[in-house]
Amino acid sequence: MGMTVTEKILAEAAGREKVSPGEIVKARIDVAMMNDITTVLAINSMMEMGRQKVWNPDKVIMVLDHVAPASSIEAAEVQKTMREFAETQGIKGFYEVGEGVCHQIMPEKGYIHAGDVVAGADSHTCTYGALGAFATGVGSMDMAAVLATGKLWFRVPETMRIEVEGDLPEMVTPKDIILNIAGEIGADGAAYKAMEFHGATIREMSIGGRMTLCNMAIEMGGKSGIVEADEKTKQYLEGRTKAPFRNVLSDPSAEYSETISFDVTDLEPKVAVPNSVDNVKSVSEVAGKEINQVFIGSCTNGRLEDLEIAARILKGKQIRSGVRLIVIPASREVYLEALQTGLIETFIKSGAIVTNPTCGVCWGGYIGILAAGEVCLSTSNRNFVGRMGSPKAEVYLASPATAAASAIRGVITDPREF
Amino acid sequence: MSFVISGRVWRYGDNVNTDVIIPGKYLMINDPAELGKHAMEGIDERFAQKVQKGDVIVGGRNFGCGSSREHAPLALKAAGVGAVVAESVARIFYRNAINLGLPVLECRGVSGLVREDDLIVVDVLRGEVTNQSTGRSLKTTPIPDFIVSILRSGGLVPYLRQHMDDW
Repeated sequence: MGMTVTEKILAEAAGREKVSPGEIVKARIDVAMMNDITTVLAINSMMEMGRQKVWNPDKVIMVLDHVAPASSIEAAEVQKTMREFAETQGIKGFYEVGEGVCHQIMPEKGYIHAGDVVAGADSHTCTYGALGAFATGVGSMDMAAVLATGKLWFRVPETMRIEVEGDLPEMVTPKDIILNIAGEIGADGAAYKAMEFHGATIREMSIGGRMTLCNMAIEMGGKSGIVEADEKTKQYLEGRTKAPFRNVLSDPSAEYSETISFDVTDLEPKVAVPNSVDNVKSVSEVAGKEINQVFIGSCTNGRLEDLEIAARILKGKQIRSGVRLIVIPASREVYLEALQTGLIETFIKSGAIVTNPTCGVCWGGYIGILAAGEVCLSTSNRNFVGRMGSPKAEVYLASPATAAASAIRGVITDPREF
Repeated sequence: MSFVISGRVWRYGDNVNTDVIIPGKYLMINDPAELGKHAMEGIDERFAQKVQKGDVIVGGRNFGCGSSREHAPLALKAAGVGAVVAESVARIFYRNAINLGLPVLECRGVSGLVREDDLIVVDVLRGEVTNQSTGRSLKTTPIPDFIVSILRSGGLVPYLRQHMDDW
């Protein structure tokens, strides 16, 4: 019997011929990432483990993105500690506030390669599976073990195969595909599993779209999401990394825990309604719901193509009076491209607020906080109680197209009406 | 550490996420005692005031889903929680809790076994959960030996201090 791409990557990183789901293996980590929420606990634990130096400073990436720039003395102290740590450890992959959201920085700066094992101290590390890597989120103490040794244990996951076929209709996006899948399989429907995406729709999809899909694997309990690398992956990586392109593919005889298939030809824009990602409706079922705030951005939907589709809808229009529209490019590179292509001007003229790259709004960190009774339509990935502020506020999740259309009308709106 | 934990039950439903275990606004705090004062605040404001040392959280499916914040099990442990038992546990929370030396057991049917405030005994090594108030018990798959060895050391820091060379 053959292996899935995930099993092959883990086998290679564990120095094994073959691994099977359920086995616990110790794997080499090719790159480790941590941010301003998770780093201090990780470095404290590394020191307590008896190590003063990270195993390889060239393989450790640090990103200041969750409270960027610092909004409190506590956040400033955390970031100061991180700057000093990067300096004393010789970590060159250190990204200051404003450079971008970690999950955008990592692929963009060429740290992710097909076939790699990536551990990130952030749950949305699964995003990097879009480039054919095995990437998973871990806590700070697991990160400490990685910093100390360059290795980590994993239970080899079962792989769930997801086939997606059909041409996406106009104004229907990868976000709608993944919300639809979440609605079908539930918030723990992929628990402990690798979600492996296949099908003509995926092959046609941009790397950015694939990142949106893999990003939300964790929202279904998934350990990782992955798309086999292809010509699009190779093109994306060109100029970003000097490492030679290599690919790892699932064997035709690989075994899957299940295969689920979706035809997206007639897919409608989807909305996850409070307070669970699997509480998914078609936009027509929730259209007309009054909203106070719209957020376009995050590691799920803060890339250029996300801003482009939003700007296409907003161009020459005004957002509804009384509605706040917050737009956050996911990185400096995205921000600059959006500026050069006129997207930022479109947003500003429409009445939007555009901020520097930051995770802040998505996790209710320090900006865009909601009051009791307020409703936000967000392109991010979580609508938990209290996620973006008051426990009495509500968060609806949707695509950038649905978000832009809804900002104009001030109520949840089908983007196909624009 | 003790592998048999007995305490009072705090019972919750499905998909208790890390945002409600420790809301985002506390994530710049890295002091366990301070985090413990806000444990479960997003779902149960009386928890942090009333929890007793050794109490057991009983959850439904997918307990601890969401973010990778270690602050979540850290807050529970600092608040005095002796163990977490749930129908199923989200993977990052599971690893984080074990790494901190907080026992976690997945046990199908546990939601129906106990009610809030019942007395529960969790035998981690045998994979057995008993409701002392009713005398009923359930068996589950014991946790793997490797994970037991991390717990036996008291968590990942002491484990790695002893096992750095064979990690």
